[in-house]
Amino acid sequence: MKHIAIGILGAAALGLVASAASAATLDDVKAKGFIQCGVSTGLAGFSAPDDKGDWQGIDADFCRAVAAAVFGDGTKVKFTPLSAKERFTALQSGEIDVLSRNTTWTINRDTALGLNFVGITYYDGQGFMINAKKLPGVNSALQLSGAAVCVQSGTTTELNLADYFKSNKMEYNPVVFEKLEEVNAAYDAGRCDVYTTDQSGLYGIRLTLGAPADHVVLPEIISKEPLGPAVRQGDDQWYHIVKWTYFALLQAEELGITKANVDEMKNSDNPEIKRVLGTEPDTKIGTDLGVSNDWVVNIVKAVGNYGEMFERNVGSGSPLKIARGINALWTKGGLQYSPPIR
Amino acid sequence: MQEHDLSFVRVEMALAQSAPASERGLGAWIRKNLIASTGDTILTIIGIVLVAMILPQLISWALINAQWTGTDRTFCATVAQGGIQPDGWSGACWAFVNAKFGQFMFGRYPIDERWRPILVAILFVALLVPLLIPKVPRKGLNAILFFGALPIVAFILLVGGVFGLPHVETPLWGGLLVTLTLSFVGIAVSLPIGIVLALGRRSKMPIVKMLCVIFIETVRGIPLITVLFMASVMLPLFLPAGVTFDKFLRALIGVSLFAAAYMAEVVRGGLQAIPKGQYEGADSLGLGYWQKMGLIVLPQALKLVIPGIVNTFIGMFKDTSLVSIISMFDLLGVVKQNFSDANWATPQTARSGLVFAAFVFWMFCFGMSRYSMFTERRLDTSYKR
Repeated sequence: MKHIAIGILGAAALGLVASAASAATLDDVKAKGFIQCGVSTGLAGFSAPDDKGDWQGIDADFCRAVAAAVFGDGTKVKFTPLSAKERFTALQSGEIDVLSRNTTWTINRDTALGLNFVGITYYDGQGFMINAKKLPGVNSALQLSGAAVCVQSGTTTELNLADYFKSNKMEYNPVVFEKLEEVNAAYDAGRCDVYTTDQSGLYGIRLTLGAPADHVVLPEIISKEPLGPAVRQGDDQWYHIVKWTYFALLQAEELGITKANVDEMKNSDNPEIKRVLGTEPDTKIGTDLGVSNDWVVNIVKAVGNYGEMFERNVGSGSPLKIARGINALWTKGGLQYSPPIR
Repeated sequence: MQEHDLSFVRVEMALAQSAPASERGLGAWIRKNLIASTGDTILTIIGIVLVAMILPQLISWALINAQWTGTDRTFCATVAQGGIQPDGWSGACWAFVNAKFGQFMFGRYPIDERWRPILVAILFVALLVPLLIPKVPRKGLNAILFFGALPIVAFILLVGGVFGLPHVETPLWGGLLVTLTLSFVGIAVSLPIGIVLALGRRSKMPIVKMLCVIFIETVRGIPLITVLFMASVMLPLFLPAGVTFDKFLRALIGVSLFAAAYMAEVVRGGLQAIPKGQYEGADSLGLGYWQKMGLIVLPQALKLVIPGIVNTFIGMFKDTSLVSIISMFDLLGVVKQNFSDANWATPQTARSGLVFAAFVFWMFCFGMSRYSMFTERRLDTSYKR
């Protein structure tokens, strides 16, 4: 979502190659015995290596969920770290089967780039973090008139920032840097009062500051950055498997199926739970999708439901401590909504 | 009248007197080196003040206050940052380096298989050290083992897939393993290719000369990043679907050819410094082209350009960091990648990781530099004053 010029170059390059990959991704995946999953080169909470070098985060766990649905084993996945420039080429050329790399869903990527986004695993957006010591009493971005704002240059973030201040008739002093590390250092050193980037990133950056308690992430989100996994166009079966893996994660949370109680839940009399877990007699939900009927059981056993995945990687169970916010289920005032599995 | 022979011939050498007290000892050294003139004195004072300002803080950060062990970010964060250290604490987070050390060395190479790169490293050192020490005999056999057998053994061990060794794909490689593999292969490939290109460029055969000039000037005219980026992003688009050409191999070829072009120009500088008489002397002895080059010209030319060659080697060793642009993680890439681990996100993490990476790079580059100085002195048979 960052480098615009390179995105255009990539789009032009991709235009040369129509639909490179073969149709039956599921057969290819089954034949090789694992899913090749494209992740980021390191983004806290989404895909980052732990002490053993295993990839952890929401994006990485989503790939494990797909592997669990296909193979019944969440470990049958190989990760390819990709830079922002390489990610679409890698998917298009068949190097990876799923791109799960904090990628913003836009119409251009769905059409011109030939991707199919399966859903929104994380509703992100550009937010503001302020130094509460320097700006006491500020609790809304609308009070930031005249502030010095640290921002990375050449990004959509910079453009959104200008739009937001202009449309609200406020003044600001941009403090612009090329590299993310430079922005962090400048903000920590007090060169500016406000830091703006994607809200999920702000929480990670806050951990690296000298006095995190002095810094507050403001509630406003000024741009839409719906992040989700994508697959290649032209293979509906694979698209459905990845899409319904995402919905199954949501459905499991809605029905209260967790990693801990999934085996008990299999004995449940609730017809909805029985349908989802494939314990209904003569069910064909899983096999029609191209996987086994206990696919949701496998998914939940591997990574838990969506809520567990969220809390473990970016929420209360992680150092990031991001609130669910609009990523809560629709029943709890959020936007995460799954069509019925029946 | 007989004259007395008053002449005196000294038969033994006079004992050398020791230097005057003002020229001896610490005082003289200080006078000569630190406070010889007003300018020197000022520079010395500035230097002492700088050292006095930086050194205590550096030592207290890197050693005294440093956190050596720990399992997550709380060990390297102050209470206000959600950790256990007292407020105002500032020290290196070696616990981070400690926890990630395996990754820094091997990347994501499977933990159960890490004995393989370790074994390769042991073999490498065991063969390299005798090769570098002039006194050790059997250089020929040693060189054959090092340049012929070791690459094959290392390839089998690192890649696997035969003799019951599980296959380890190159995307899992990382850290120092990638840095050293890239630079060793780059060095071993670029020197011979570079020599051939340099000879080609000075050849009298027009086509050979033109091809060499085109290659050298093209490669030198493109930044390494572009070469790597093209190999990684553009190449897959032109290959048929499903054909993937190992990214590590692409980088290896790119880096080697790139270094070869620079090496060619370094060697050409040496060739041009050899006086024409040497060439003519060789011709008059009836030596053929390869004999002339191999026996007369190249030994002199290469000796002259040792600093240039080592310069290129060191430059290439450090340039390997650029492979992180194509999502391959050399030492620096892995260190930076691990900054994104939220379990270790503290203000000290990045500093500690970068200092560690810098130290490792420095060790290797300094080693190469010192060895080249030693070789220069040893081979310095002429032009001695």
